[in-house]
Amino acid sequence: MPKSMFEKIWEAHVVRDVPGESTILYIDRHLVHEATSPQAFAGLKAAGRKVRRPDATIAVLDHNVPTLQVRGRRVLELVDQASALCITTMEQHAREFGITLFDMNDERQGIVHIIGPEQGLTLPGMTIVCGDSHTSTHGAVGALAFGIGTSEIEHVLATQCLLQKKPRSMNIRIEGSLGPGITAKDIALYMIGRLGTGVGTGHVVEFSGSAVRSLSMEGRMTLCNMAIEAGARAGMVAPDETTFAYLKGRPFAPKGALFEKAVEAWKQLPSDPGAHFDTVHEINIDGLAPQVTWGTNPGMVVDVTGRVPDPADEPDPQKRRAYERALEYMGLEPGQKITDIRVDTVFIGSCTNSRLEDLRLAAQMVKGRHVAPGVRALVVPGSMQVRRMAEEEGLADIFREAGFEWRASGCSMCIAMNGDRLSEGERCASTSNRNFEGRQGKGGRTHLVSPPMAAAAAIAGHFVDIRDF
Amino acid sequence: MEPFTRLKGLVAPLNRTNVNTDEITPARFLKTISRTGFAQALFANWRYLGDDQTPNPDFVLNQPRYQGATILLAGDNFGCGSSREHAPWAIREYGFRCVIAPSFADIFYNNCFNNGILPVTLPEPTVLELFKEVEATEGYTLEVDLEAQTVTTPEGRVFQFPIDAFRKQAMLQGLDNIGWTLSHLDEIRAFEERRQQEAPWVFSLK
Repeated sequence: MPKSMFEKIWEAHVVRDVPGESTILYIDRHLVHEATSPQAFAGLKAAGRKVRRPDATIAVLDHNVPTLQVRGRRVLELVDQASALCITTMEQHAREFGITLFDMNDERQGIVHIIGPEQGLTLPGMTIVCGDSHTSTHGAVGALAFGIGTSEIEHVLATQCLLQKKPRSMNIRIEGSLGPGITAKDIALYMIGRLGTGVGTGHVVEFSGSAVRSLSMEGRMTLCNMAIEAGARAGMVAPDETTFAYLKGRPFAPKGALFEKAVEAWKQLPSDPGAHFDTVHEINIDGLAPQVTWGTNPGMVVDVTGRVPDPADEPDPQKRRAYERALEYMGLEPGQKITDIRVDTVFIGSCTNSRLEDLRLAAQMVKGRHVAPGVRALVVPGSMQVRRMAEEEGLADIFREAGFEWRASGCSMCIAMNGDRLSEGERCASTSNRNFEGRQGKGGRTHLVSPPMAAAAAIAGHFVDIRDF
Repeated sequence: MEPFTRLKGLVAPLNRTNVNTDEITPARFLKTISRTGFAQALFANWRYLGDDQTPNPDFVLNQPRYQGATILLAGDNFGCGSSREHAPWAIREYGFRCVIAPSFADIFYNNCFNNGILPVTLPEPTVLELFKEVEATEGYTLEVDLEAQTVTTPEGRVFQFPIDAFRKQAMLQGLDNIGWTLSHLDEIRAFEERRQQEAPWVFSLK
């Protein structure tokens, strides 16, 4: 019986599966950060329980950390007291329970979903969880990776397992080839616009097809990262030579003969021909234009050549109301051209788009140009390693010379917890994942775009079609 | 876990689709190490006039007729976005014990069970009908019975809802999930030994 990759990984992690009970699913890797874990550790302590496998648990500071530095170091005085308490509490819990922590001055520090693959903590065939919805990112290496709540974090800390109901499986085949400057982010936004923000609910989604095969690991991570914005429990891409080449030599990846042995096992992971999926979708991305969101969820998206839709054209009354609310919040008029929308701020960062490849694509738009007057532009690399590599190859200089701020890594303005945020009414071209009301700061207006689209908007002061920029 | 058996309560309508957890609990309220103190955070960007204190009279939950509501009626894909459990913490602390919607985002749905909130899925036409009734009738109540898996209207119409059998029992009894899993520790150990043989690289972290 042919099996899907999801089924293979699921079955390899079942500890107990008895009719009428939830499945006990084993978790290979538990990633922890300071924003959602303090209450889990407190619960563990209150119950007198230990962390079952500190060796399978890695913690990092990312949501609350400052992206500014003082003499090359990050200090707690750069964030408010509430953020500082989250940071020191994580440090204390890591010490107390014997968990490896990448603190805010560790050279391996970065956004949890950037450093997992980067450090080789994320490997094909694994089950990976983290108290963060964008854990779906790690599925790009061919793992089953999903976000969990704080009670579940406590469950995994105590048992190294989760109680799960088996999700359904979905295959989204993406065919076609991308034009110059068009990225995995554009595919993801287009897909969500076409299929909806709830299409993946209850499903683990495997992305396949020629367009996915030709994506780099970074691009696959962007796509899987956005799977949660389509409602999916997890996103995944079958491992191939691109995956193995990416993982080889990473600090926590297996070495030598063990790596070769692992690769042999990983080659068995891809879905068998004829494997069953509960739901199948196919999209074609030939001729895809850069995508820009105009509303307050990632499905409210159009081509950069398009216009803000008119709610009056929407037959479904609930959708019409949602469109009206979104336009009011975003301060946009029906029929307005996307390229006429001016931006106040540009944010290049987040677990969606802050890897080296993203910064390279953005820098191409910026080189030899300058940020438009009145525009605030930030680059927040996804990890300190990405930052160092970008500095070594001259990208940092390109951004700085163009008038961008060049920051230290963290979640920053994607979630606005560390002080990097939009003010009321401020409009932002952002490479992050959520254009929700207030996401980047109360009253802030977010347009989701790819890194080159964000960079070009910073230069022009409004959205532009990068194909003729 | 706080048990849930049956509940008869006042219904408050939030007739919006895709309500996300950033809207339920904005990120500025996440900067805490506590599990309590979230009642004020609930829908803060909609509920207050800019200062997180002064009630916005236009927001539905601030209307006098919905004070004391214990059941929240919501639109499709409720709880989408971030995994933050602060969202169900805020919903529970505000006073809701049950959320009824056509569909829920997965992580939020799971988080509800761990916090004594029953998420009830009813078909969209039914939910839209309930919205009309709630808005038309002051003091509108529903009765939710987990054992029978039913929602009953004041006129006695009964809607059946689906729920996973194990979760249902866990919620009826207020089961300690972690304790239950730990009662299968032998099986976990046996699994770990097997997995270490089959995929030793997974265990090579330290």
